[in-house]
Amino acid sequence: MLLGIIFIALVAFWTLFLVALPYLYMVVESFHPNLPPIRRGGPDDFVTLTQYKSFFVTPNSGTVNWTHMGAFGFSIIASIAVTALNFAICYPLAYYMAQAGTPQKVRTLMLCLIVPYWVNEILRAFSLRLLLASKGLINQILMGTGITDVPIDFLGNNTGLYVGLSYAYLLVMMFPLYNAIESLDRNQIEAARDLGAPWWRIHKDVVIPYAKPGIASGCTMVFMLSAGSLAAPQFLGGPRTLWFTAIVYDFFFQNFNWPRGAAYAFILLTGCIILVMAMLRLFKVSLGETIK
Amino acid sequence: MSAGVELDHVTVRFGEFTAVDNATLDIKGGEFFSFLGPSGCGKTTILRTVSGFLDPSEGMVKIGGQNMTGIGPNKRPTALIFQNLALFPLMTVAENITYGLRVRGVDKTARTKKANELLDLIALPGQGDKLMSELSGGQKQRVAIARALAVQPKVLLLDEPLSALDLKLRQHMRSELRSIQRMVGITFIYITHDQGEALTMSDRIAVMSDGVIQQVADGKAVYDDPATSFVASFVGENNPFVGIITRADSSYAVVDTLFGTLRGRNPKGLKVGDKAILFVRPESAKLGTGAADTTFSSKVKSVAFEGNMTHVFLEGVGKKDVTITVGRHSSADIPAQDEIASVTYDVDLGLVLPEGKMARE
Ligand SMILES: Nc1ncnc2c1ncn2[C@@H]1O[C@H](COP(=O)(O)OP(=O)(O)OP(=O)(O)O)[C@@H](O)[C@H]1O
Ligand SMILES: [Mg+2]
Repeated sequence: MLLGIIFIALVAFWTLFLVALPYLYMVVESFHPNLPPIRRGGPDDFVTLTQYKSFFVTPNSGTVNWTHMGAFGFSIIASIAVTALNFAICYPLAYYMAQAGTPQKVRTLMLCLIVPYWVNEILRAFSLRLLLASKGLINQILMGTGITDVPIDFLGNNTGLYVGLSYAYLLVMMFPLYNAIESLDRNQIEAARDLGAPWWRIHKDVVIPYAKPGIASGCTMVFMLSAGSLAAPQFLGGPRTLWFTAIVYDFFFQNFNWPRGAAYAFILLTGCIILVMAMLRLFKVSLGETIK
Repeated sequence: MSAGVELDHVTVRFGEFTAVDNATLDIKGGEFFSFLGPSGCGKTTILRTVSGFLDPSEGMVKIGGQNMTGIGPNKRPTALIFQNLALFPLMTVAENITYGLRVRGVDKTARTKKANELLDLIALPGQGDKLMSELSGGQKQRVAIARALAVQPKVLLLDEPLSALDLKLRQHMRSELRSIQRMVGITFIYITHDQGEALTMSDRIAVMSDGVIQQVADGKAVYDDPATSFVASFVGENNPFVGIITRADSSYAVVDTLFGTLRGRNPKGLKVGDKAILFVRPESAKLGTGAADTTFSSKVKSVAFEGNMTHVFLEGVGKKDVTITVGRHSSADIPAQDEIASVTYDVDLGLVLPEGKMARE
């Protein structure tokens, strides 16, 4: 009883002081001009949409801000691609582990999936870089076997970015899918088969509709995390690739323009939320179902 | 259209474990055939082998005379009703029923027509738009039957489909299933561990124990002429008297038991010196004295009055009582507890079988 109250108090404290208040501060910040601390609250400080406008129109030149909007669009589209790729990889795996595999094989597979995540993100990203570099293992094999003569620029063409992001969030897709499919009664799969359904129809009509909340949950999380990720795009993206979070990062830590950084971060957040909501509606999943 | 099912020396193993041992059977087209046996005896395994979800380790399954080896469950002319029904929860009643037609590419109008036909057959007219969660247990049961019948199978396989229902509904569904079977005229292979179900519905019954088919016969023969001690003790109540045969001819044998020498029919042609069990059903035994070799006596342990009949429990061997059932209109006086009661039976209702495995109580 008392313990319960303490827990609720702790969570309330955490939500209020560590989550809600800083966010609120950021929201307020994003509606102000960038001023040195002394002039804050002075006559130059007023509520403005300048920071948000700067996303569309470059402040000084007055030209359309293609660079930032492009980076935004690229980050979103690339994140959708990463989500799709992860789903394509995880669905068959999750199905196998949840319904088809023997317990022993499933355990081995699960271990192989989880153990690499004990390695920290930076090490993982750099080893992937080593693998994909122009003198890396993969290119050496490709050239050694004569498949190509010149090394393929995996990092420059963003292959590294996609692979790195997909791998980083593989488990985030895996577990909701596995959980959802695992609770499906195997007799339903067999019933569909007995009624004459070929394997792909069984997935389309029985497994996927049943696992839909899990699929939505996995896709939402992978998309959100991927669009907001910082490390993988920096280490594995090509030289010309600009990930939106990198711009946000630079505003905070290079230009010390917190208001504009905050505004950009909220643009990203809003964009992602709108997209996710639209997708959930399109596939007729309620938000509540995805967190079940 | 119906098709017969043949099991030709079918053995199914899971690793070292033999779940079905050398089963040979010939189920005729249009027959209502039941597999009866205790839990874990391999009934579901046989059904899954017929439907194609399991491949026999040895032997083969033929349906309609055709060898089914290598033919998957989606290509066999069978439809299976699962022990837990396995209806699709996210589809409506009509969608469930016509799912098999949809995967066969039947168009929407034809599907709707078929759904309505089947809904009439299962007495749920106009309820096609309901969700599965809106149906009662018995209604779900009937939807499962309709879903299986929709694909016009030649053989319908039913795995204890009534086990989840309460007693009243179960009894009602028995007669309903039987009448549906008569109406559609296809082969029904029915699995149950409930002997009442098997006896009332089936044309023939295969009694199984530990993967071995003990007897295949119609209900009356299974009850009156059990082939093995397992069948005698599993189907209906029975009193076993274990002993050695002291006299035998082709019709009768005398067994020396702890209750004296007792005589009964000898259909298996047992010889003097064989270990045997004499079975006398509770309703075949009556209080009173008859010929010396069909009469025994024992102390009354308890008496249970049950309205239309009275059970008298006599001291038997070990913990197992000897039970006698006395009908309401029997003239015999019911003995009191601790009295010594004398019991006799018609010699043709005593059955001598070779000693063997008994059904667990
Ligand atoms: N996939 C499997 N792997 C290993 N053993 C199995 C498998 N399926 C069944 N068995 C074993 O085979 C035996 C027969 O099982 P089966 O399911 O056929 O029994 P059943 O007669 O249908 O029983 P119940 O009335 O309880 O449904 C059981 O001992 C079971 O443990
Ligand atoms: Mg079973």
